[in-house]
Amino acid sequence: MNTDHIVTSFDTDLNTIESLVLEMGGLVEQQLLTCTKALKLGDRDLAKEVIRSDSKINALEAEVNRMSIEVLALRQPVAADLRTVVMTLKIANHLERIGDYIKNMARRTNTITKADAFIGSMSTLARMSDRVQGMINAALDAYNRRDPDAAETVRGDDEDVDQMHNGLFRELLTYMMEDTRNISGCMHLLFIAKNIERMGDHAVEIAGETVYLVTGDWPTDKRPKGDRTSRMIFTPEELGDSD
Amino acid sequence: MDALTDTYMTDTTQEKPADMIMTARNVDVFYGKKQAINNVSLDIPKGSITALIGPSGCGKSTFLRCLNRMNDRIDICKVSGDIRYAGQDIYAPKVDPVALRARIGMVFQKPNPFPKSIFENVAYGPKIHGLATSKSDMADRVETALKQAGLFDEVSDRLDEPGTSLSGGQQQRLCIARAIAVQPDVILMDEPCSALDPIATAVVEELMDSMRDDYTIAIVTHSMQQAARISQKTAFFHLGELIEYGDTTQIFTNPKETRTQSYISGRIG
Repeated sequence: MNTDHIVTSFDTDLNTIESLVLEMGGLVEQQLLTCTKALKLGDRDLAKEVIRSDSKINALEAEVNRMSIEVLALRQPVAADLRTVVMTLKIANHLERIGDYIKNMARRTNTITKADAFIGSMSTLARMSDRVQGMINAALDAYNRRDPDAAETVRGDDEDVDQMHNGLFRELLTYMMEDTRNISGCMHLLFIAKNIERMGDHAVEIAGETVYLVTGDWPTDKRPKGDRTSRMIFTPEELGDSD
Repeated sequence: MDALTDTYMTDTTQEKPADMIMTARNVDVFYGKKQAINNVSLDIPKGSITALIGPSGCGKSTFLRCLNRMNDRIDICKVSGDIRYAGQDIYAPKVDPVALRARIGMVFQKPNPFPKSIFENVAYGPKIHGLATSKSDMADRVETALKQAGLFDEVSDRLDEPGTSLSGGQQQRLCIARAIAVQPDVILMDEPCSALDPIATAVVEELMDSMRDDYTIAIVTHSMQQAARISQKTAFFHLGELIEYGDTTQIFTNPKETRTQSYISGRIG
């Protein structure tokens, strides 16, 4: 297909919106990287920087919304153009939500003390975070390259994140049962883990929306879902057995 | 319908496909040596609006005119293939084109009321087809048609004024009233709103939507937004060929053909 519109300013508008979303994505990835570093190091200044920077992501989303509504009203896009504008709007919304989860993660990083930072959990959290950052990167790359196969791969990656989340849930529960003084710190770490797990889900959504954007069809096969924490109940004996 | 087909149309044993009021198979149209339509097959479902879209000269109007034999009036125009209305071949020798056009009416781009009164414009069809049984029956038919066309309230106190005294949008609705006064099954519309302002266009579009219960409409339009707004089926023509035909929602969200995608998104003219 001839990719350029007869009205070239239409292409300019679409390209601008897409660049804004990719800029948002870059910022989100950077924020996650910085926040994870702050968590690992217990660096409150770095965490505060993450909290402050979230407004940049929000501002970019507002600009994507404004421009997309303008394009919908003035250009009345159809077919692939329509899918591009609507899916880009949705992807911007996912990125904004991921930004909010990172901000929450940064707030909790500020709350917990170094003593709460259990070494084993920290490394699992860092691995989860790396994995999710990779998923966000891959999903946006698939979006940018209009590559549905790459997007499908991202959809499959989420199971690993869910597994890590399940493991962490169990691990932190053990710490809490061992010593009630651990509860406060462990609760914050659990919420951080949940935040990262949710970020992974948003990356999966971005990937699914990329598949629809390119092909016009939503992915039909169900992706493997591995988050089982909502069904987990352990007795102290069971947790003790697992050690 | 039955009386009409018995009289004017060839009786065929071929059954029409379910709920398709018109079917076209392998239609070719030539203007002299120039081929305007190339092997088009298209079904028009009953009780729906089918939009024919495509660039200028793509053959959409030519195809529309084949559906009630308007092309018969052009000497150099030759139509081949199989076009059926209610399962019957409309090009069969026994079919009377005038009677056919009473079943398959037409509304044109430019409102073209006769230089007669509003009443006479609408009464013209029933009169020439001998449909009215009395003066009061004729008055009823005119009133019903004007009401169905959403025009009655605006003209009820001046039915004897010339049709040409109405505004453009009203004139077009008068032409629609004239077309439906003979109670056709199908109404073909060739760019019916291209000479109207957006408000008059919206009124005609609303009228078309309300007519769906009683009539099947096939419309040629240059406005893709109009096709998207009003039709349930869309056919995209390009260089005399039917490129893609499907549900309007599908055509405008996920067209299967690259040429359709290119045209509707403004990449080819």
